[in-house]
Amino acid sequence: MIWYIGRRLLQMIPVFLGATLLIYLLAFYAGGDPIQAIMGDKPLSPAVQEQLRAQYNLDKPVLVQWLIFIGNVVTGNLGVGFNGRPIVDQILAAFPVTIKLAIIAVIVETVLGITAGVLAGLKKGSIYDTGLLLVSLIVIAVPTFVIGFVAQFFLGVKFQIFPVNVGRDPSWFNLLLPGFVLGIVSFAYVLRLTRTSVAEVATADHVRTATAKGLSRGGVTMKHILRNSLIPVVTYIGADLGALMGGAIVTENIFNIRGIGSLLYDAIQKSESPMIVAIVTIMVMIFLVANLVVDLLYAALDPRIRYAK
Amino acid sequence: MAISRRSLMFTTALAGTSAVALAACGTDSGSGGSSDGGGSAGGSGEAVFANTTEPENPLIPTHTSEVGGGRIINAIFAGLVYYTADGKVENDVAESIESEDKQTWTVKLKADQKFSDGTPVTAKSFVDAWNFGANTANAQKGQSFFEPIEGFDVVSAKTATADQTLSGLTVVDDSTFTVKLVSAQSDFPQRLGYSAYSPLPESAIGDIETFGESPVGNGPYTLESWTHDSEIVLVPNEEYAGPRAAKNSGLTFTIYADNDTMYNDLLSGSVDVIDAIPGSSLQTFEDELGERAVNAPGAVFQSFTIPQSDPNFSGEAGKLRRQALSRAINRKEICDQLFFGTRTPATDFVAPVIPGGGATDIPGGEVLQFDEAKAKELWAQAEAIAPFSGEFTLSYNADGPHKDWVEAVCNSLANVLGITATPQPFPAFGAFREQITGRQLKGAFRSGWQADYPSAYNFLAPLYSTAAADGNGSNDGDYKNPEFDALLAEGQSAPDQDAAIEKYKAAEAVLMADLPAIPLWYQNSIGGYSDLVSDVEFGWDTVPLYYAITK
Repeated sequence: MIWYIGRRLLQMIPVFLGATLLIYLLAFYAGGDPIQAIMGDKPLSPAVQEQLRAQYNLDKPVLVQWLIFIGNVVTGNLGVGFNGRPIVDQILAAFPVTIKLAIIAVIVETVLGITAGVLAGLKKGSIYDTGLLLVSLIVIAVPTFVIGFVAQFFLGVKFQIFPVNVGRDPSWFNLLLPGFVLGIVSFAYVLRLTRTSVAEVATADHVRTATAKGLSRGGVTMKHILRNSLIPVVTYIGADLGALMGGAIVTENIFNIRGIGSLLYDAIQKSESPMIVAIVTIMVMIFLVANLVVDLLYAALDPRIRYAK
Repeated sequence: MAISRRSLMFTTALAGTSAVALAACGTDSGSGGSSDGGGSAGGSGEAVFANTTEPENPLIPTHTSEVGGGRIINAIFAGLVYYTADGKVENDVAESIESEDKQTWTVKLKADQKFSDGTPVTAKSFVDAWNFGANTANAQKGQSFFEPIEGFDVVSAKTATADQTLSGLTVVDDSTFTVKLVSAQSDFPQRLGYSAYSPLPESAIGDIETFGESPVGNGPYTLESWTHDSEIVLVPNEEYAGPRAAKNSGLTFTIYADNDTMYNDLLSGSVDVIDAIPGSSLQTFEDELGERAVNAPGAVFQSFTIPQSDPNFSGEAGKLRRQALSRAINRKEICDQLFFGTRTPATDFVAPVIPGGGATDIPGGEVLQFDEAKAKELWAQAEAIAPFSGEFTLSYNADGPHKDWVEAVCNSLANVLGITATPQPFPAFGAFREQITGRQLKGAFRSGWQADYPSAYNFLAPLYSTAAADGNGSNDGDYKNPEFDALLAEGQSAPDQDAAIEKYKAAEAVLMADLPAIPLWYQNSIGGYSDLVSDVEFGWDTVPLYYAITK
């Protein structure tokens, strides 16, 4: 187990290097000249341009820029962003907000999704089941930004239950609606996966045996049905974290949340490579760690699974 | 073991959810705007809430070239002059700005002007600030504003050292300094209301980095706090005694990343004044806001430029072809149908809020009128001289709101002239500009201009003069016409503004014949305000006059 974790963590180093290089190249070749983006319609004199280029290392070849970036990551100092503020400070300011948002979204997704899925799966074909399936179908069919704007308009503007704009004060309560919007699509998928899985396991032999032995209904559901149905769901949630981070860009913009998503969006607009690469790399790392956790959860869920050394 | 752990997890998580739901019930009565806080300024009433974007740079006047930071700079600094809503120039810190020959200007300051930290505003405050902004060693984005001053070529050279200064600036005494320009420029005083010409206190020059985060100014407001990406709080400056004194108890700028959020905040009463309307609400905002909607022509001019080097558009045939294109665009229809009347069809090259702008009497100005028959006729004449080769493309950056109108213009051209007109998107503004400044872009490209100061000259010289061509300015099409240059120079040495405007109009007539860029429309000032505030007026530069707002 320790060996397994150690090996997986070591594997992240080449992934980290590869991901940063790839993103660096993408940002470099797709974004155009950052100095042009900084200038806007009004040109700067060639002398000032040169000064700025040297300041941000833009005068060096792309591979050298990447190596400087890697060096900066090691020392923990990513330098100053195009707006004159340290990149690390900007990321540290934005991160807690997005983490809060993600926690709300994951709770919506897992707790609500699995609970609703189990209930639907156990009462397959009931009105309750059909109703949930219909709701999930609608949620999956409607794009997140539409759900976001509709929720914002009715709950924020019309009934004024939630704030329209979270930027000034990203408290747990204020982030509730955006977190819900962010998690709602995944909620629908988790619900459907759990439902199918539970419905299938519920008719399995070992469940019938457990019931015949006289175990309580709750005990059977928790120990024999849910545990065995969770593997596909957990796999999905691990993979879904990536989509969640992408979705954060949209959700954060709708509710004016100044988190990682909007920071990344701004950086892409400005072709600010160090910022883009730093944020995407952090996302890649979170994704890798989350999937390691998912892999470890497999063993907890199914004792038959063992990890090779 | 496993089962209990998991059920425990379930119950706590569910309990957590219900607790949050309870909290939701508990606070919903207070979330209507009072929960925003921030309005802690002294004086009567609450601060005015307004929108902005995160300043792209530290708050240094000479380093701020975009609206998000510009509106803050304008509130916390006072320059020599300021602009009224209709673009008139009035003295702010200056007592007088005079010149005999329009080349050497003598500036006298009002007595007893102070920065918010109590230090006096002297002639040196201006001269030092300008020297700082002009010097390449400081890499300031507003550097080019000091170009007209003598000695700029020295301090702007690549080899300039930080201690070099503009030879044209001379401090006479504490309240007087002189400015010698490289040539006669009658509109020089008009420029001085731009934020780059603000004075800096002595403490700034020594430690500009600290200053950029917590600037000390001499304007109607002082910076109370700047929470990055979130909000900027300004309170009235007690030391300010000028004509722009704050009529409210403070300004709280909320930083928005998205215009839809901003508009919804206005509807829900969490923001008082906004100076943009999201595309999705352009059609409805005037109905929804009623009298509180703002929609008036602003100082933004939009066009598309066809490079002079384009073989299809040079020579006699090219001239005819440019006219044919201009005649084939139904500007009014696009402004009404696509922008719902939030843009105004162009009748000249200068925005209508500028003195002398929006003129309808420019000789040759009829070329901007939609006329299908005439367009076809002109195109046929051009074809007779030299046939068109290749296809017509109109390039734009797809990360801005340009796709719709570019397609509409291309359709208009294709339908009327029977040619293939193709929109050509670039993914990012940076990549788009790189092609243009590298002169690699083939065909036409979108162009636009937002004035820095309210003068017709500012709409003409930077965009079409020979001096601004070949990468030395914003003349991206490399248009060169000595007649045009001469008329501009005559305007610059004219004795008064009316005489200058006559010359500029004559210069515009030259442009009407040559059409280095095809004028499309002027962008309106659009925005709105809540019923809590009054006296909301938008300036010529499409930014509200915040100091005059009462709440």
